[in-house]
Amino acid sequence: MIQHMDVGAVVLRNLCGLYSNLVTRPTGKAVRHAIEERLADRPVPSLTIIDFSEVGLLDFSCADEVVGKLLLHYVDDQADAYFLVRGADDHHLEAIEQVLERYGLALVVIDANGGARIVGPVDDDSRRAWHEVQSRGRAAPDELLHHVGGPREKLVAQLDDLTTRRLLLRTDDEYIALHTMM
Amino acid sequence: MSTVITVPQSLDDNTFEQVLEQFSHAVDHEKLLIDARHTRWASPYGLTALLALGHARADAPAGFTGPEAEDTSSYWQRAGFYRYAEELFELHGTVPRTRQGPTDSNVLLEITPVEKSDDVHAVVERIQTKSQNILVHELNLDPQATMRFAMTLSEVCQNIVEHAGARGWVAVQTYRWRQRLLGRRVVVIAVCDAGIGFRKSLETAQGRKLSDRWDDAMALEDAVIRGVSRFRDPGRGQGLAGVRRYVGKWDGKLSVRSGSARIAIVPSWDDDVPLTENLPSFPGAQVQITIPERVEAR
Repeated sequence: MIQHMDVGAVVLRNLCGLYSNLVTRPTGKAVRHAIEERLADRPVPSLTIIDFSEVGLLDFSCADEVVGKLLLHYVDDQADAYFLVRGADDHHLEAIEQVLERYGLALVVIDANGGARIVGPVDDDSRRAWHEVQSRGRAAPDELLHHVGGPREKLVAQLDDLTTRRLLLRTDDEYIALHTMM
Repeated sequence: MSTVITVPQSLDDNTFEQVLEQFSHAVDHEKLLIDARHTRWASPYGLTALLALGHARADAPAGFTGPEAEDTSSYWQRAGFYRYAEELFELHGTVPRTRQGPTDSNVLLEITPVEKSDDVHAVVERIQTKSQNILVHELNLDPQATMRFAMTLSEVCQNIVEHAGARGWVAVQTYRWRQRLLGRRVVVIAVCDAGIGFRKSLETAQGRKLSDRWDDAMALEDAVIRGVSRFRDPGRGQGLAGVRRYVGKWDGKLSVRSGSARIAIVPSWDDDVPLTENLPSFPGAQVQITIPERVEAR
């Protein structure tokens, strides 16, 4: 189930104001609660696209509430919910990245050309494994071994960790890139 | 008996210490008079800190006499000082009349009170429209600087909302800095309040163990350098960390005074000390950010 979440619109609807700027903690908290509310009754697994296209400014405190605490909630609960960010410009990403660093979380970000990348602290080997899955859309560990090298157990552990961190989706024998769910 | 505090001719973050030195000797129940008749120039810090001083004496409002020089007093009026001064002081002498018309182009944000989150939204909206041209074309900062500048302003203002427990004031101004930086242009953000300050704010953190050395200086080091907050939530304390990073990127200066200490992130062009202790005690927090014009891009 895919949910498109235009955070700019969430701000307008939920705060009844004219804010296109996501600043201050109370604003961020209200936006996060609105997103969580909408996700509450969705079938799983769910993919939510957090769209920043209509957001002017995003400060650190608001990014902490909207992105950091939102992700933390779903990652900690191991809920079957996945998130992608798009429409984020450099300064949005600076705030998001700082927040992700703080919590040790990571996110998949879709850039303006449709390319995907991980933002947040993820080691180089895991990034490589993620890129291999990303470029194929879906893959079993054995298909990737030749490209990433190293022992199979290590690769599986990396892919499982990426799944736990909500950067990949896992079926019985394959790992799936989030963008294929769009 | 009354105590007269003489405001220096040039009022900025350094010379404001002279005001606080005099203020520290004032006796609570005595009448206090603030004499700014001979003041010719004030930075945004000077003006917002004066308001914070007025706020600190809200129970027994001090008398205030503004600058005699017409250009100075009219500038203070345009910067919004008197709008709030009349709520905090007993104004003596001539108060310049409010004039309608365009505001000074050097005033990016006239003195604005900050007390709740909505105030921060208003500040951010106003600064974005006005700052782009000056930051990009006059200070040669990259176009993304407008957003980062607004983020910085948002975070320092939120510090009041989240921690001061009292109203504060923010002002942003650009000017040419003749004493330093070879006359380069600077943008200065000043945010001052007379609330509980960093030490008391951090002391309210549940379960926090205070060391023997615990004082205003250590509280400032914790909050500004180590990103410690009174909230246990691990996401807290990121605002000032982000501000510090941006200020560093712009080769700017950040200074925070609270209680009897002052901490500064000092760039190479300045000779300030990173930590000053045993200053005259003053409630709340007084923050100044100075961002210089970039010369490489010229």
